[in-house]
Amino acid sequence: MAKRTGKQTISMDKTLSIAGTGTIVGTVESDGPLSPYFDVHMNDAEWNEETWEKSESKMQREAVKIAIRKSGFEADKIDCIFAGDLLNQCISSGFSARELEIPFYGLYGACSTIVEGMSLASLLIDGGGADNALAVASSHFCTAERQYRNPLEYGGQRTPTSQRTVTGAGAAVIRNYGSPPYITHVTTGKVVDFGVTDQNNMGGAMAPAAVDTLITHFEDLGRSPKNYDLILTGDLGKFGRDIVIDMMSERGYDMSENYSDAGCMIYDFSTQDVHSGASGCGCVAVVLCGYIFEMMKKGLLNDVLVLGTGALLSPTSTLQGESIPGIAHAVALSTTPGGGKNAVC
Amino acid sequence: MQYVNAFWVGGLICVIAQILIDKTGLTPAKILVLYVVAGTVLGALGIYEKLVGFAGAGATVPLIGFGNVLAQGVIKAVDESGPIGIITGGLRAAAGGVSAAVFFGFLMALIFDPKSK
Amino acid sequence: MSNKNSGYLNYIDKTAPKSPILKDMLMAFLFGGLICVIGQLFLELYQNVLNLDDENSKTAVSITMVFIGALLTGLDIYPKLAKHAGAGTIVPITGFANSIASPAMEFKREGLVTGMAVKMFTVAGPVLVYGISASVAVGIIYYLYKILIGG
Repeated sequence: MAKRTGKQTISMDKTLSIAGTGTIVGTVESDGPLSPYFDVHMNDAEWNEETWEKSESKMQREAVKIAIRKSGFEADKIDCIFAGDLLNQCISSGFSARELEIPFYGLYGACSTIVEGMSLASLLIDGGGADNALAVASSHFCTAERQYRNPLEYGGQRTPTSQRTVTGAGAAVIRNYGSPPYITHVTTGKVVDFGVTDQNNMGGAMAPAAVDTLITHFEDLGRSPKNYDLILTGDLGKFGRDIVIDMMSERGYDMSENYSDAGCMIYDFSTQDVHSGASGCGCVAVVLCGYIFEMMKKGLLNDVLVLGTGALLSPTSTLQGESIPGIAHAVALSTTPGGGKNAVC
Repeated sequence: MQYVNAFWVGGLICVIAQILIDKTGLTPAKILVLYVVAGTVLGALGIYEKLVGFAGAGATVPLIGFGNVLAQGVIKAVDESGPIGIITGGLRAAAGGVSAAVFFGFLMALIFDPKSK
Repeated sequence: MSNKNSGYLNYIDKTAPKSPILKDMLMAFLFGGLICVIGQLFLELYQNVLNLDDENSKTAVSITMVFIGALLTGLDIYPKLAKHAGAGTIVPITGFANSIASPAMEFKREGLVTGMAVKMFTVAGPVLVYGISASVAVGIIYYLYKILIGG
């Protein structure tokens, strides 16, 4: 049974295996450096659907199907699905799940959703409530733009700290036995708001939440960044990543060597005009379910700490002048049960 | 000569808006509201017409000129038809731009679909 | 917000990458100026070739520029220019047309009445609200001025 360790961290008792993943990305993401790690590359934003909302729903559904197929399950053997996206009332998730016939929980954690879903799936399985579960999250550039910002054809300029919403969906099947990578620990984050109001500076708004969860995770487990081959946040972007490194070093943690942000990995900054990088539920979802999963399968990464970071704002809260609350959930992944390579002192 | 004046006056009006966007964080929609109200006030005071005489389209094409048209229209209408003109004058003078924007916007929406970036 | 947070906000302000303002200003100047020159071209065309009077020429220029702005929006050209031009494409009346045409196109899928027509003014509406209200205010003041001072 799952065991509480420290303030916010829960250690998994069972060897929770990520049995299979599915990833789908759009055209701009397909031009980026991580492209070979993704399963399906869409040829346009519509993907033969009438609306972008339908296209996002289809992305999520296909990602789920791929993950199930790759994990060797039949769809009707999946006990539970945790799904989320950025759209009002999480329509991409709900609408995709109506054809899946799998017990469904809809989540909203903004860009942290995939990690939130994996956390809850892990807790459910470790507690014995399910033998397996699936986590999925998606975002679509066009659906997010029209909900959060301006019409696509509106002529405006983005600021250097702004990020581009990833068109992508990532899904992972987790089960109570199997081959690595394993989910060893879950650290549930607190909502942290340092008062940033600029909705074009999500990195700055979310970084304090990421730092809070990172430090709590390290303190709860008596670990340090050295216990991991890679620490991945997603998605703070270039600017948010710099803030995390700064804030962590102030607190005595050296993050300069093994820390990446999913928002800085999907696009090629030298050729793609993406300002501070990538964002959206799909961002860390595809990096985690595509790149990280592959690297751990191959044994090129053995211990990885993944933080999903979300900005819990809405267009309404922004118009009402509210600051942006941030959230960061962490899961520790390892190729060995229990995980956490020994710190080199 | 009118072309040179149109170029630099029109350009300068845009530069001022750009500085406001970059430095104050005001959204473009707020800048446009500011401009159209400023244009109405400057128009009412008779200042903006002088700029129109000097720079032609350099003064009329930026949205601040739209404000000037509203102000000129309302003053003329009050002169011609008294208090009714207070309500009708502004929009009557600006009807060309507004109707065109509504109709052409409608037309383009019927013909074209937005594209992903 | 506590002191710790105001420290953080200062730090963010200081370290956040800034918009390249000189480049932005130059581009806004060039594009904004160029659009006005095109307007001037039409103005002289209407005045000298079609012999329209001064007021009608200006109105005709507005209509022409609005048409060009809306068309370039439909053709997906206006937002590409705007990415570089910034205020240079927002401030001219072509930008006003863009701000009406772009939501109209975008929300067509939510219905021609309930989507397109409703959302058409999401960006441009405030300009009309404040512009028209300001003109009415000017009218009232001018009318009172005429009565009281005797214009």
